[in-house]
Amino acid sequence: MVDESTTFSDGGAVPRVVIVDDHRLFRSGVRGELGDAVDVVGEAGDVDSAVHVIGERQPDLVLLDVHLPGGGGVEVLRRVLAQHPQIRFLALSVSDAAEDVIGVVRGGARGYVTKTISGRELADAIVRVADGDAVFSPRLAGFVLDAFSATDAPPVDPELDRLTQREREVLRHIARGYAYKEVAKELFISVKTVETHVSSVLRKLQLSNRHELSRWATARRLV
Amino acid sequence: MDTPRLTRAVGGRLLGGVAAGLARHLDLDPVVVRLALMALSVGGIGIAVYVALYFLVPAEAEPETREGEGETTGPDSRRKGRDVSQLVAYVGLAGALGVLFLLFGGVFDPLLWFVVFGTLGGIILWQQANPSQRDEWMTTTVGRSAPKGIMRAGAGVLLVVVGVIGFLVFQEQLQNARAGLTFAFTVLAGIGLIVAPWIVGLVRERDQERRERIRNAERAELAAHIHDSVLHTLTLIQRRADDPREVQRLARVQERALRSWLYQRPADADTTVSPALERVAAEVEEEHGIPIEVVCVGDCPMDDALAAMLRAAREAMVNASKYAGTESISVFGEVEQEEVLVFVRDRGTGFDMDDIPEDRMGVRGSILGRMERHGGSARIRTGPGEGTEVQLRMPRIPDL
Repeated sequence: MVDESTTFSDGGAVPRVVIVDDHRLFRSGVRGELGDAVDVVGEAGDVDSAVHVIGERQPDLVLLDVHLPGGGGVEVLRRVLAQHPQIRFLALSVSDAAEDVIGVVRGGARGYVTKTISGRELADAIVRVADGDAVFSPRLAGFVLDAFSATDAPPVDPELDRLTQREREVLRHIARGYAYKEVAKELFISVKTVETHVSSVLRKLQLSNRHELSRWATARRLV
Repeated sequence: MDTPRLTRAVGGRLLGGVAAGLARHLDLDPVVVRLALMALSVGGIGIAVYVALYFLVPAEAEPETREGEGETTGPDSRRKGRDVSQLVAYVGLAGALGVLFLLFGGVFDPLLWFVVFGTLGGIILWQQANPSQRDEWMTTTVGRSAPKGIMRAGAGVLLVVVGVIGFLVFQEQLQNARAGLTFAFTVLAGIGLIVAPWIVGLVRERDQERRERIRNAERAELAAHIHDSVLHTLTLIQRRADDPREVQRLARVQERALRSWLYQRPADADTTVSPALERVAAEVEEEHGIPIEVVCVGDCPMDDALAAMLRAAREAMVNASKYAGTESISVFGEVEQEEVLVFVRDRGTGFDMDDIPEDRMGVRGSILGRMERHGGSARIRTGPGEGTEVQLRMPRIPDL
């Protein structure tokens, strides 16, 4: 899935990051925790300034809060991706609500982590997403499994509306708290293959038109 | 309580409950009211009054019937339905009276009609003037009952107007009164024009106030909640600032509480697997202070075997909290068609299964044994330095 000339995982350059969150305290906290692992080139506290700062600084990755004044993270995704489709987004939230999580991922974020994540794990996730991979937290994996398993109606497009057995296995292990490396070891596949599976799930999640996804999210409202 | 409101009786009624209701309202024996109505019916007025009252007066609320009418309506109250024999007697009596009047009396003075109309309208209007009703038709938000109230008020006004004008006509006073009436109407219209904006303003203000009140109530509830939980926890945290473990525990407990309040998790945690699993995790976390991350896919009702499985899962979480020396524990529950799976995983020290003495009840009795007794199975994957994963598997009893 690496389609960039530069990759960050091999320890060369560090990704340039913009942090978008409406809590200044949290922004400086993240900045401090990430330390040298990334190069924070900008910060923003609401939708309009986020779109402006991102357009100006052209970062590799945006750390995006789901709840933002002015339309939420989804609005930032919509406006930025329309002009700069190459910029990657990693959603970061305290929210447990399924519709928030599924919402930003379907809006174009390549990963979702909760704010309780440790600094080291966050830096890992940033590098991974900046490299073009997808990052699923256990909770997101759980949401996705739930969304795709509630198949009452026949799928409209089987290619997009169903997960393969292998993809389900990978997601299950992530939901159980396994890191990609551990999943790979467990399933006797390479880390690269795990990443491929996760990216493919992400693509299905973003492209599937199954309205069950949204209906399911509204129906559950919680988790 | 003074006079009961004018309602149509449901218990103790003979026909439409008008007479019984009227009797209760006027504190009379229903027989008196019925006889009076019947006497009026001879000229046709009684029937008109009865029908009008039937449509205009709201039926009483059910539960009130039972207690209130015992003394006022006597034996009638004991049955909810109508007493046909009494009804027949009244109708017969009315018929006889009618015949008598047709033979000897001629028609009533039409004057009486208008007096009746006027009185009826007045009664209705006074009825409407009670505060709760007024409230109802002044608020625009109530909607459903408002048009009915307005209709009723309109009918009352109409009856009074018809009564007054009719009375004047038949007294041959209308000509004399016309000038005065015109004057009165003009003045009324003028006053109406002047006062209308003010009244509209008042109504708006009232709505505004009501909305404000609701908002304040919500804010007060939120404030109370924040005060009871969050502020309390923050105080505790400040007091225990030197004990990072305790601070973390407090923060986690509060976070959980706030989350469940915000996202409204079902309060009844014991009926299905998913909330039950989260509750178990929350309890263990509170006891031992190690964060437990729960992810659950699917859900199904609890049964005995699943309850046993949750107890086993709890034991696994407790073990991980106590012995693994880890910073966090992952719990994953999955409800499938045929079985329920629960995984409890930590990245801690792990242990060697062979090193556990036979008499240690924790793993063997509480986890392995318990699962097997209820028809499930448990697997423990561990090794020194590799962390531990307890895998629990319980077949589902098919849904009926």
